[in-house]
Parts: sequence; C-alpha cells; structure tokens
Amino acid sequence: MLQPPIRVAKFSGMTAATEIVRLDVNGDSREAGVPSHFTLLETLRYILGLTGSKQGCDKGDCGACTVLVDGRPTLSCLTPVWEAEGKQVVTVEGLADVQGPHPLQDAFDAFGAAQCGFCTPGILCSAAALLEAEPAPSRERIQEALAGNLCRCTGYAKIYDAVEQAAARMREEPTRVGGSAE
Amino acid sequence: MSVKSPKSQSDFALIGTSMRKIEGLDKSTGRAVYTDDIVLPGMLHGKILRSPHPHARIVRIDTAEAEALPGVHGVITGKDMPTTYGIIPWTPDEYPLCVDKVRYIGDGVAAVAAVDEDTALKALELIHVEYEELPAFLDPFEAVQADGSTPYVHDARKEGWNGNITKMVQLEFGEVDASMDESDIVVEDDYFFEGTTHTPIEPHCAIGQWDGVGKLTVWSATQVPHYLHRELARVLEVDQACVRVLQPLVGGAFGGKSEPFDLEFCVAKLAMITGRPVKILYTREEVFYAHRGRHPFHMKYRTGANRDGKLTSVDAKILLDGGAYASFGLVTTYYSGQLLCAPYHMPAYRFDSTRVYTNKPACGPKRGHGSVQPRFAFEVQIDKLAERLSIDPIDFRRRNFIGSDTRTVNELRITSNGFLECLESVEEASSWSDKFRKMPFGRGIGIAGSTYISGTNYPIYPNDMPQSGVQMQIDRSGRVAVFSGASEIGQGCDSVVAYIAAEELGVPLEHIRVMRGDTDFTPVDLGAYSSRVTFMLGNAAIDAATKLRKMVQAAVAKSWDVKPGEVLLAGGFAVWGPDTERQMPIREAFHLAESEFGTLGATGSYNTPKDVHGEYRGGTIGASPAYSFTAHVAEVEVDVDTGVVEVQKIWVAHDCGRALNPILVEGQMEGSAYMGFAEALMEEQVYKDADHGRAGLHNAPSLLDYRIPTSLDTPELQALIVESIDPEGPYGAKEAGEGPLHPSIPAIANAIYDAVGVRMNSLPFSPPQVWRAVEAAREAGSLSKPAEPTELAESPSAMSAD
Repeated sequence: MLQPPIRVAKFSGMTAATEIVRLDVNGDSREAGVPSHFTLLETLRYILGLTGSKQGCDKGDCGACTVLVDGRPTLSCLTPVWEAEGKQVVTVEGLADVQGPHPLQDAFDAFGAAQCGFCTPGILCSAAALLEAEPAPSRERIQEALAGNLCRCTGYAKIYDAVEQAAARMREEPTRVGGSAE
Repeated sequence: MSVKSPKSQSDFALIGTSMRKIEGLDKSTGRAVYTDDIVLPGMLHGKILRSPHPHARIVRIDTAEAEALPGVHGVITGKDMPTTYGIIPWTPDEYPLCVDKVRYIGDGVAAVAAVDEDTALKALELIHVEYEELPAFLDPFEAVQADGSTPYVHDARKEGWNGNITKMVQLEFGEVDASMDESDIVVEDDYFFEGTTHTPIEPHCAIGQWDGVGKLTVWSATQVPHYLHRELARVLEVDQACVRVLQPLVGGAFGGKSEPFDLEFCVAKLAMITGRPVKILYTREEVFYAHRGRHPFHMKYRTGANRDGKLTSVDAKILLDGGAYASFGLVTTYYSGQLLCAPYHMPAYRFDSTRVYTNKPACGPKRGHGSVQPRFAFEVQIDKLAERLSIDPIDFRRRNFIGSDTRTVNELRITSNGFLECLESVEEASSWSDKFRKMPFGRGIGIAGSTYISGTNYPIYPNDMPQSGVQMQIDRSGRVAVFSGASEIGQGCDSVVAYIAAEELGVPLEHIRVMRGDTDFTPVDLGAYSSRVTFMLGNAAIDAATKLRKMVQAAVAKSWDVKPGEVLLAGGFAVWGPDTERQMPIREAFHLAESEFGTLGATGSYNTPKDVHGEYRGGTIGASPAYSFTAHVAEVEVDVDTGVVEVQKIWVAHDCGRALNPILVEGQMEGSAYMGFAEALMEEQVYKDADHGRAGLHNAPSLLDYRIPTSLDTPELQALIVESIDPEGPYGAKEAGEGPLHPSIPAIANAIYDAVGVRMNSLPFSPPQVWRAVEAAREAGSLSKPAEPTELAESPSAMSAD
C-alpha cells in the first residue's frame, strides 16, 4: 500500500465566507467551519477527513457520493451541508462497527464486488438502506435500489451476488447488523 | 523460452480457488486511498484554462490580472513547458499546455495554482487569451482529403504531405484479389463504429510536490507510472533519478489513464514554481475532453468464402478518426488490421488503414484497443456469409477454426487456443439450437467470436530490459513482502502477485504484504495496458518466488538430510513429501534459510519471446506471447415500433488459459461483456456541428447525458470460463480483461438480425437508429424472421480442428 498520506483540512478560507456547521456523522457530533457554499460531500471529504465517500461527477449523476441521511440514501454532492444539520449522517466508514465489517462490506470483499472500488462506498450505502427496509429483496428490487449508483467495472453481477449473500447472513444473524445504518 | 510442464489443478494449494483480493476490504470500508483522498500540508489547488475553439492560433495570453489575484501562487502557460510529449516515442505531438495552437475545444492553454479551488477558478476568468480562429476539421473524410488551403491540424512532416494524417498502414498477406475472384461468394459492406469513451468513475487526479532542491514527486491516477516517470523527467528537465511517481489505487481506467495528461505536467511545474504541493482534480467534463477513448472507425469489408463454408479472402479499408493528437494512434492503426487474423484461418488478407487528425478530443486506447471496431464488422460479415451459404453461424466458425500451435496469415504465433471449447460452451448454455431462427419474430439470438493479445510483445520504447519485475523478501516473522510496480486499476494485479507468493512459499495469503506503485521502491512494470499484467507480472512473480522457494527447500532439506525437491511448502508448513508427518512451521523453515543464506530476498523478471512475429515492417505490432479467445451468445428482443432493443442475456465463454482466481476472472468477463453491451446500445462520444451549437463542442460531457448502463439497463451476464493452459503463461494463464469485450457488439448485431431480419451495420443500436433501419426494411419488404439454415450445427465432436 501507499505510504499513509497526511490528512489535514485543505481549505484555508481566503475567498469564501466560513460558517460553523454542526453535524452528526457516524455517531459523532462534529462541528466544523466550512465555506458557506460547501456540499455535504466536500465537508465530509475535505473538512472532516472522511474520504471514503467519493466524488465521481459532482452533479448527482453517478452515485459515488451516496451517504445515508436519516437512513435514506442521499447524494451528498448535491446536498448543501446545511441541509444535513440536525440529521444523522452515515458514511461508508460508519457501516462497520467494533465487531468488524458490516456483512455487506464483507460480502463485497468475498465476491469481488469491488473491482476498482470507487463506486463501492456509494453502492454500499444504497444497499444498506435497502436491506434495512427489505431484509429479503428479490434481485429485481436490488437492481432498482442500486439504479442510482453507476459501476463501470463489474457489470453489476458480482454486486448482486454480494448483496444477496449479505442479506441472507443478516437474516440469520439479526442482532449483529444494521445498527449504524439506521 | 522453455516451455513449462503444465500443472494440474491438484498441484496447487491456492491457485484456481476463489480468493479475496488483498485490498478488497479496504475498498469496501472506505479505507482505500485514491489520489484525491491525499492532502499534503500547504497544498494548493490547480485548475486548467481550456480552449473554447476547436482550432485556433494563440495570439497572446495575458496572465497579469490572474497573477495579481490574492491567493494565486502561480500561473503557467505553454511557454513554461515548451517540450512535446507523447506516449509513442515516434509521435510526440502534444505540449502540456498549448504553445502555438489549440486543436480541440477543451485543449489546455494555461494553468493556475491557488489557495483553494474557488480562487483558482476565479483566476482562470482573469486570464485573457487572444485567439485567431482557424477553420476546423471535424469530419475525417474532409481531413483526409485536405489540400492545405487551410491549416492542417498539425504541420505536415514533409513539404506537400497532408498534415492531417497520423499514420497510414497497408499490409497484404497472400493473394487477396485472386482468392476473392475465385470465391464462390463475396460479401461486401460498409460499417461504422461510433466513438465511445471510458468513463472510469474516478476522474483523473494528480498531485505534484517539489522539494526545492531537485526532487520531484508526483502522485497520479495513472495506468502507466513508468512512462509517466520518463515523460515528466524529459519535459520538466529533471533527472529521471530525481523523479518519483506514486500511484495510489486507481478508481477505474479502461485505457483512459494510459498515457501522460496535461494535469500531471501542470501539477509538477506549478509545484516547482510555487514551492508548494499542488493538486489538480479533473471535473467530469474535463474527463470527457481528455478522452483517449475508442476511435470512430469507418470500415469497408469484402469477405469471400467457398460453398464448403471456408473463408477465402478478406479485404478491409478503414478510416480512423483520431482527434487532435496522436496518442497511441500509430499502434491503433496497426491494430485495426493486425488483430483480426484469428481465431479463423484466413488464406489471404489485406488491410488499408489511415488515421487522421481532426479538431476533436484525441482518441486512444479503450479496452480492446483498435480491435473491437474491426471485430464488430468482421463478425457481422461472417454472419452474412453463413446466412448466404445457409450454414449455421456457429458451425461456420468451427469450420474456419485456425487451431492451436500455428501461425496466422500475418505470421503471429498462436499457441494455446480454446476457441472451439468457447463455442461449445456458449452454444450449450444458451440452448442455441432450440432458439436460432426458431424464436418468434422480434426475438433473436446471435453469436460472435474473437481473440486478443496477452500483452504486447514489445515495450513502447525499444529496449531489451524485462517488461515486468518483482522483488520479494522473506521476513523472520513468517511474512513475505512483495514489491510490485504493476498498476492496480481494479483488475486485481496486486492480489495476483500475493497469490503467487503464497502458493510458491507456502505462506497463508494474509501473511503476504504488497508494497506497490512507487517508482522509488518498486521494480519497473510497464503498466496496465494491452492485457499484459497478469501474464508478465505473474511470470516475474513466479521467477522471484521460485528462487526463494529453492533456498528454503535447500535449507530444510539440509536440516532433515533429504533431497530439496522432496520438501514441499504449503499451508504454513514445510512438509517432507515422502512422509507428510514430518513437517515444521514455515517460520522455522524461513529461519533455517536465513541462517544458511543470509537475509532472504530475490528479484524476478519476465521478458517476452522474440520470435513470434513476421519479418515485415509493422510485423511486431500485434505480436503477443499468447492469445486469449472468446465467444459470446446474445439474446435480444426488438420492439419494431419503437426501435428499442432489449438485451436479455449474454453468455460469455472465454479462454483465459488458467483462471488463477476464478472469481476475479469472472469479474473481468462480466465487466467486459457489460462494456461491450454499453457500446452496442447506448454510448456515443460525439460533437456538435454548426447547426446544433458550437461546432466541435462535446455533445454531452456528463454522466447523465453520456449514458452508461445502470443496474436496470444491464443484461444478465453468464461467465463461462474455458481453460486451455497456456505453455508460456504464469501457471498457464492468459488475459481476461479485454478479450471478453469484443464479441458483445457483433453478437448483439447478429441477434437483432435473427429477431427481425434487419442488419445493423452502424453503431450504436439506439432506438432512433434501429427504428430507421426497421422502417427501411419494412419499406423494402424484408422485415421478417430470416430463414433457418439448411445446414444445422453439427455436434462439436464431429468437427475436426485442422
């Protein structure tokens, strides 16, 4: 792997008005000074250092930036950061807990569902919301739930396999999962 | 090159089983680090000003106002880096930023570094560029016929030449005209393959850092860190030994990141003049301008055959619309013809290919470089020949099978060849014989085959050094560290070296560490292109691991007083073959070896055999140490009232030699078939004409308007692995990442014909194009289910493979 990068906030705030935003991210209460026009994605990635959520198009077309806001899959690149105040934000980093990776994360690894991995965080958030609402979705329902997340590597086949396997495991071990995705 | 004796599956502990990727969990938990995830202290943000004109002279650039803007640390123009570069050493025709002319809408003319993105964007508005607009060449036919009355896209290399021509290749093998004349039937048609682009989900990104005293570091989402290393040193005039290229994980590439781009030079130069790290992240719009995607091909094919269903002669004429720069175009022009000569025996073959410059974003290599377009045309030609001869199209393909251990008509060496097994596999899985010409009107099924290289036999710049190298070291803890310069773009090459190290040294996979993608520390691998990585890196890894294994075996054998060959390393233990009760933990074996030989490390390398091509100009291009083979069957439903084609399923059979990790091979096959399907039905990298906006402007530089398939669009894909166990490949493996794209497109075209009797010779098969073709057929009275062939498919066992 690459040498660990040094992660510090990039914005030095010379041109934009900066305001304090209060966010609940992955269970942490966070306060940060952000330029007033920042999106939730920019705040997560460049202010809070949560770089798991990706920017693929910055205009809501690709879904790589998908996070959960109050449990709903949300395009964080189209969400002004202020809209997330007072709501619970969960990113890909928040799907895992102290017991280990979320069953979806484990299944994506086991099935090779992440090739380049750039769409994966957004797809995982969409899939987590689906399984929260529907523990046993059909393949068609999985396809519908992931239709806002473009993957360019896999042809989606391994992704469906992984979601189905994770769903089965979550049904077998209901106490283990889903907590952080609520 | 010695031929390795093929191992059977039972000889392996790990190879051939489904394994996780070493970085898989990093990717699914958000820990994986991509270039834009990196933030350096004091980092500035760069932006590039791009041309609004498709073709213009730069008269003057005034950067004074931009430089005076608070927060701006540096502004550069073409004059700051007046050295041309290009991935192919013979065609360096690009400047990092344009010096004298702009050649497409989106060409870079200046760059700024500022404290933040907003300031950088504001600074771009304060750069004043005066242009003298020139007539633009947007049509490749106009470009090829240009007479010099208006300026060419590039200066002609010689007085009187057409400066719009990148490359012309004419090659002929056998007696094409005579064979054509003697053929029982000849099919002739024109085909058009529209340009498409890669659209990796990660936009290009680069960071430059300058230490102030001579050392330059660049992080980049590139597929070719080694070539980037060389070009950065040359253009920026820094000693190669002082340039370090780091390649974080790459968020998809598909050929779209396989040469240096303007942002990499700009972050380096801006870092050098500002003394601060500088990052540039392309917008999605800029990714469409950077392009280097599939060339539009205008193709004419004449193909002859005899009544017995044997091909006689193939004659192709191709015009490649190259866009503004050469990119890999020299190679593309050769590949447009050279890669067509298998899996079918061609007694005579000629191609005449010309690549022209036009004032549009440059085309380059996209997955299946240069051979996807002719493969589309040729496999449809074959379908037409089979139809005319009333032979089942799978049967027709079998009759023309070129065989294994042979040479193509253009003298490329073919070794392992599992194409017949691929045909059989898709034929059976798709229930072909129950469906072909038998389903109701509107539903159809089609077949196509293909071949692809497992790496180019020759590196991009001529040299005799290895194409790939790996270094391994054994640690007293029982761990193995692998140093690999290969480019992990999602295909799994970092995992492949780990699997090989674990297999050879008997270490659990989780005890392998891969140090990757850093030109200061990892051996050279030439890059992730031409489907070369598993083949070449894998062989280099086996070479390194074997050296270490022999040391460990020797040390253990000495301790046990047995023969070294009897010591097996597997599953975390050294085991004595004749009596497996006798064993020791691998860590102890490593201690014995380190005591015997000192610190344990080894390098391994791979270079290609050099006698696998013909002795003619261009004969090396298309040569590969091994070729993969593929067959697809596609099933479609065509709505003749709307022109909508729904692809229901694609069966994908691919001869990958040996599947080192079947789950990753399937992933490559499914992803390839998906990408071919996408090009067949949806994708078009096209530009406006003067009647529809600004001429030369990209029609739709966004992921909403340049449509790529969602989960709801993508058909069911079934991967069927065929293993031919290649004599040269690592454990018998060949490529799997590009070959399985090719047949998707012609298989769908042939399925549309089976459904409604309409030939689609022009891509994409979008509703308007299909609807028009259907209406034309309706008027001509040919809109109907085609007739069943009189010669139905014979069982494969009845066919000879000679």
